[in-house]
Amino acid sequence: MNQDKKNTKKVSRRSFLVRGGLGTAGVLALGTYLFRNPIRRVVAGAINTADAPFSGNTDTPIVWFEVTTDNYIVLHSPKVEMGQGTFTGLAQMAADELEVSMTQMRVVHANSASGNVDGFATGGSTSISSLWMPLRELAATMREMISSEAAKKLNVNTSDLSITDGVITGGGKSMTYAEAVMGVKDWKVPDTPKLKSLSDYKFIGKPIARVDLNDKVFGAPIFGMDATLPDMLYGAVARPSLIGAKYIDANTSKAENMPGVVKIIKEKDFVGVVANSYIEAHNAKDAIEVEWETDKNWSTADIRAMVEVGKGKAYVIQKEGHPDESLEDPTETIISEYWSPIGAHAQLEPNGALASVEGERVTVMISTQVVGLTRDEIAKRLDLDKNEVNVVPTFLGGGFGRRLHTPNAVQAAVLSKAVGKPVKCFFTRKEEFQNDTFRPPTHHVLKAKLKIDGTIEALEHNVSSGDVAFGSPIVPRIAEPVLGADLGAWRGGMIQYGAIANYQAISWRVKLPFATSWWRSLGLLANTFAIESFMDELAVKTNRNPAEFRLAHIQDDGRGKRLKSVIEAVVEKSGYSDEVINGKAMGFAVSTDTNTPCAQVVEVSIHEAEIKVHKVTCAMDPGLVVNPDQVRAQCEGAIIMGISAVLYEKMEVVDGALTPTIYGPYQMALMKHAPKEIDVVLLQGAEVPGAVGEPPLGPIGAAIANAVFRLTGKRLREMPLNLDKNIVS
Amino acid sequence: MTLALTVNSTSHTIEIADENTPLLWVIRDMLELKGTKFGCGKAACGACTVHVDGEAVRSCSYAVKFAEGKQITTIEGLGDEKNPHPVQQAWIEEVVPQCGYCQPGFMMATAALLEKVSSPTDDDIDKNIINVCRCATYYRMRKAIHRAAALMSSLPLPESQNT
Repeated sequence: MNQDKKNTKKVSRRSFLVRGGLGTAGVLALGTYLFRNPIRRVVAGAINTADAPFSGNTDTPIVWFEVTTDNYIVLHSPKVEMGQGTFTGLAQMAADELEVSMTQMRVVHANSASGNVDGFATGGSTSISSLWMPLRELAATMREMISSEAAKKLNVNTSDLSITDGVITGGGKSMTYAEAVMGVKDWKVPDTPKLKSLSDYKFIGKPIARVDLNDKVFGAPIFGMDATLPDMLYGAVARPSLIGAKYIDANTSKAENMPGVVKIIKEKDFVGVVANSYIEAHNAKDAIEVEWETDKNWSTADIRAMVEVGKGKAYVIQKEGHPDESLEDPTETIISEYWSPIGAHAQLEPNGALASVEGERVTVMISTQVVGLTRDEIAKRLDLDKNEVNVVPTFLGGGFGRRLHTPNAVQAAVLSKAVGKPVKCFFTRKEEFQNDTFRPPTHHVLKAKLKIDGTIEALEHNVSSGDVAFGSPIVPRIAEPVLGADLGAWRGGMIQYGAIANYQAISWRVKLPFATSWWRSLGLLANTFAIESFMDELAVKTNRNPAEFRLAHIQDDGRGKRLKSVIEAVVEKSGYSDEVINGKAMGFAVSTDTNTPCAQVVEVSIHEAEIKVHKVTCAMDPGLVVNPDQVRAQCEGAIIMGISAVLYEKMEVVDGALTPTIYGPYQMALMKHAPKEIDVVLLQGAEVPGAVGEPPLGPIGAAIANAVFRLTGKRLREMPLNLDKNIVS
Repeated sequence: MTLALTVNSTSHTIEIADENTPLLWVIRDMLELKGTKFGCGKAACGACTVHVDGEAVRSCSYAVKFAEGKQITTIEGLGDEKNPHPVQQAWIEEVVPQCGYCQPGFMMATAALLEKVSSPTDDDIDKNIINVCRCATYYRMRKAIHRAAALMSSLPLPESQNT
């Protein structure tokens, strides 16, 4: 599988810990890549499969854990908590091997100075899966290290010790972990102990309450925007409204006389203000007359025209049999087109950072998914050594991919350096909406040829999309020329029906004039909407039950078995039927994201052209589940976020600017739009954890559109689904 | 100018240049109560919801001058770990928060609703709880709102999420 170079070359006497980075969830990886080149597979593997290795420090347990004098264990997490429940899952994994209770576990974000920095990012639904082996091995090793210190202090053999809740007992005496580690200066790292068997775990697999629950219920100041430092001032940076706007110069004379202004800072690439309060900083910034250079007055129509399949560069990303020959005759080929719009992240906490530059020492507190990258960018701009920059991650007020690049930290640091005091600098909501790294719009062309028996002879998916992975600084520069196709854009875009003899997926790459990048689940949402709506069209055409139609095209290997299992489970649990009953119809769809298959059935009604989702049944197989309650929570949230994107969300380009710029006009699912019933069935088709946070966003769009078809006979082929405007078939 | 404010039953005297400054920034940056969140600055998302004389108010768009002489309650004053408000208790029992950023606003809006409608229907909840949650925790929030209503009126409790 994807032997990451960084990991394999680090072999040392402590390679036992390094080995842990590589999972074994390979059975479900979508096969038949055309990427045979090993570099391609490494890059694709790191980002597109759930067994992406952890690329941080896995050979120094003492960097990960601290023992407090009152016998709590502090886990310094290299993964950030943005709501996905990772802190809780990691605490469960560590507690079980450390032999401590959950109430003794504390989880904090590792700051970059601690040395425990993730070399990649928090994202891609990999936090639990990539740390499954290394974290348990680190915890077990730490336990052995502590107990060998206790053995010395108690003067007994380690084999005569027993441990309960962080208290070591032996030879009629006992001591806490805290007492055992006190005074130890030189730690010896032993060979990795054997991990416990799954049945011996007390916390892994249990619905443990979130470790951050109280902080989040009682309003603790845990987010980036809550950070404070003594003598802190407030910053604001002028950000453009127009697409492609380049900063040229600024007239700051009016702004200089605004109340509360401390300093105006003009740099080669931006202009900012430091003032005494948030409001004063932003008022002064608004008074700056900025000269922006733009090349074109873009419109929604311009963007839509760019994204049409056939306009960009084509890359075949998957091919089996002879799809081109099979689909040659247009009279025998069924063709449908689908569209998805520009999507905003719209996370509730705006981007921003609190930076403090004191001489050559920089501290930045920030909600970010890329701690290491943010540190590196600040060091580069201020011409400092990386070690002089400490990035302190906070809890994120939503991530969803929006914080996989946080260059605004650099601006905050520049402002702080200019005034010699800590500066907190945040986006307004309008700036957030207009300077997002958007989910790119997509266009899909699906083609199929049916056999006489009603099964599929050939299937082809074309997806044209703006960039997702390319252009992102976390993707190695080498990826672009080597891969060609954007691995984020084609996520979920490959054909999962391996029993079809001839099929292919083609990715068309378009460079759009505004930033497009990671949005929770990447291409999965739109790609599955297109492919699974088309599969439903074919099922209807051949008079087949949509679930049975899918099952008939799934191959009999390990991946196929797991895919079939979620389909069968969702059909059974939902009681799927093609009939319209009491004005409600059901819709079915299924997707495979990285290694996690997920099938959903929705129940939908329509009242005055408004599509209402009443119930969603979701069967998902993410492999081994560390915390079933939080996996369910991810399913529930992803389903409603998916409903939001599929039914309501859409950015437009008007007079060169992205719009709307505020919640409300940027319509999103609210309480009244959320289904009142969500039924989640979890299957376990693998021995290790797989992806959870993104896969349940896959099927929801097509499932709703397929239900609407059963209710109205209308096939909606464009997101957001709209009964008035869509093409009627 | 000088303004007298009562926040979470504590009296504060603040010096502020502009009495039209939104109450949100006074609460967050002058009184250092960070539980009330900035989301949009236009009263469109509800992350900044506090109580002013028991009414849910979006503090990002409420001039501080209007708060003078009134009772202001923030999430920190709603309840604490030792003595949680029933809404907070219900939020814990249903394990509602994900990222958590918008949750104080939702809990404040819910607490204000339950003061007026002690046993809200789903329709009451849909019409009154109109804040934005990007993690889309609405499914558990609805359960938690019903649970909070039951906790406050000693009605039978719905079955817990986290069992």
